[in-house]
Amino acid sequence: MEILVASSVGTLTAAGVYLILRLRAFPVILGLALLSYAVNLFLFSTGRLAIDAAPILNPYGEASYTDPLPQALVLTAIVISFGMTAVLVMFALGAYLEAGDDSIDVESPDPAEKESGA
Amino acid sequence: MNHWIIAPVVLPALLAPIIAFVMRHDISLARVASAAGTVALAAIALGLAVLAADGGVQVYNLGNWPAPFGIVLVLDRLSAMMVLLTAVLALLVLWHAIATGWDNRGRHFHALFQFQLMGICGAFLTGDAFNLFVFFEVLLIASYGLMIHSGGKVRLQAGLQYVVMNLAGSTLFLFALGTLYATTGTLNIGDLAVKVQAMDPGETALIRVAAILLLVVFAIKAALFPVHFWLPATYANAPAPVAALFAIMTKVGAYAILRIHTTVFGPGTGATEGLVSTWLYPAAIVTIALGAFGVLGARRLSSLLAFSVVGSMGTLMVAVAAFTPEATTAALYYLVHSTFAAAALFLVADLVLTRRGSDFLRAEAPTVQNGLFAALFFGGAIAMAGMPPLSGFLGKLLVMDTLRDPDTIALTWTAILAGSLLTIVGFARAGSVLFWKSTAQTDTPAPDTAEAVTEVAGPQPVGVAEAAPSIMALAILGGLAVFAGPMTRYAEGAAAELFDASAYIEAVLAEPEIPPLDEPSADGDTDAAHDAGEEH
Repeated sequence: MEILVASSVGTLTAAGVYLILRLRAFPVILGLALLSYAVNLFLFSTGRLAIDAAPILNPYGEASYTDPLPQALVLTAIVISFGMTAVLVMFALGAYLEAGDDSIDVESPDPAEKESGA
Repeated sequence: MNHWIIAPVVLPALLAPIIAFVMRHDISLARVASAAGTVALAAIALGLAVLAADGGVQVYNLGNWPAPFGIVLVLDRLSAMMVLLTAVLALLVLWHAIATGWDNRGRHFHALFQFQLMGICGAFLTGDAFNLFVFFEVLLIASYGLMIHSGGKVRLQAGLQYVVMNLAGSTLFLFALGTLYATTGTLNIGDLAVKVQAMDPGETALIRVAAILLLVVFAIKAALFPVHFWLPATYANAPAPVAALFAIMTKVGAYAILRIHTTVFGPGTGATEGLVSTWLYPAAIVTIALGAFGVLGARRLSSLLAFSVVGSMGTLMVAVAAFTPEATTAALYYLVHSTFAAAALFLVADLVLTRRGSDFLRAEAPTVQNGLFAALFFGGAIAMAGMPPLSGFLGKLLVMDTLRDPDTIALTWTAILAGSLLTIVGFARAGSVLFWKSTAQTDTPAPDTAEAVTEVAGPQPVGVAEAAPSIMALAILGGLAVFAGPMTRYAEGAAAELFDASAYIEAVLAEPEIPPLDEPSADGDTDAAHDAGEEH
């Protein structure tokens, strides 16, 4: 199971990074979504992988347990990344409608700069 | 437990939705509420700073859960100073935004502004690494909204790259926190310090990865060399008051490095000894160079200011990278100075640029009050470049004075001094083009005498209310220079607290013990490290 979780985190991260590097709005949104899935899986596994165990610490029994904290962390991370993705989509849409171009350029092309030639 | 510690977070958090929902159609009501809230925040911050100056680390347990299990807010000299800095800066920026009408050029400026303050204050006060992530997200999502306030094509495009950059950074932050939790089993900063200290020196690979990942995340916020590239495009295209407020955002990154990498991975920690400064120091030196060359090469006033912010972050981080109490004292003084210097410059630039055709650095016909603007601009430039009358000089002097390590002194001093020289040249060139060459411009019909200000129909002369925040920011810089003694003593106290983590750890973890669980389950495998769950 460790191999499975590790390779899915790795694959999702690699795909996410690749898509972000495309620097076009839609691939970047997808890439960030994939990255957030990868990080959610990763956070989930930071409490160690345990199967068929309740997230309750029982000091009186021999039962093993699964760490509840990463689950709470993942929940927070999911909520935040969901909200952030929604914001990002609105931003990308706004920029696309204003500029007629979906490229995500670090050095924003400045039309005034070209015409002035200063 | 002192409940005032949480007030800087709760006050804006309550105010922002009220402004957004109740006062959305009434700009004057929103202005009054937002201004009143910010004044109250400044008063609270001042009270907290006085409280913290008496010494002693004060802890606020959220929900009264004791430390490693619940989230804590921690008030010490450093966090109190940062909150006070935020509140004073916010007051100036808000005044400027209201006086110049920036807040009315788009919707929800005041609500976003208050959310921004909530995020920043929370990030400064929290004593929990995951909570720090949450407050980062709060301040970022508010800054996204402020960044594209009043819209426009270029601003939206710059905003988009800012959002993408920070979302990638947030993901990295989560990876770092996951690694940290997987290795130590806690995310409370005080508890982390204990756990990392007690780590087996043979098994430090993962914790070193976590330390460097966190460093990268905070370096993105602080705009350090390999990950600085979002800053010039963002600051140059943000609305000017927002860019002035963002002067504190880079400092959030610097603060986080100071807090985490001193308290948890600080000097004397076997697991990560020397690791952080090895990477931070060269990055900071390159950042100084980048900022200086950027200032020299900028063709727009706003990107010139943005690059000067990059350069000042470089100087700040060089001091931080030394990780000694003396250098940190200098860094804290310089941090306060560079925040107000950047804010003053952006505010003055806004006054100038709204009265000029464009923000390109080329000679144009002089607008109204050329002399006043020139004086204000050069005041800010003197502070930013680090020339004598204002606090920039003392700040850089303090930084250089503390960095006397014989191995690096040549490189450090050369970088800071040459960087300052290039910044002076860049600012002098920009200022003379903007203000002096413009008076020689003859394309206006019938130029009278030199001092006859051409009354073009468009630009309105600046009023007292509009110029006041910029002048006050410069006055604060002067005040910092005059009261450098008390200020340095306070910073010394903050640095001492930071480097003597024992007081911090004691204060955080010393709350009433919870009843011990009799026998931990004897499964004894890797789960044992995770017996202590935390509540988030």
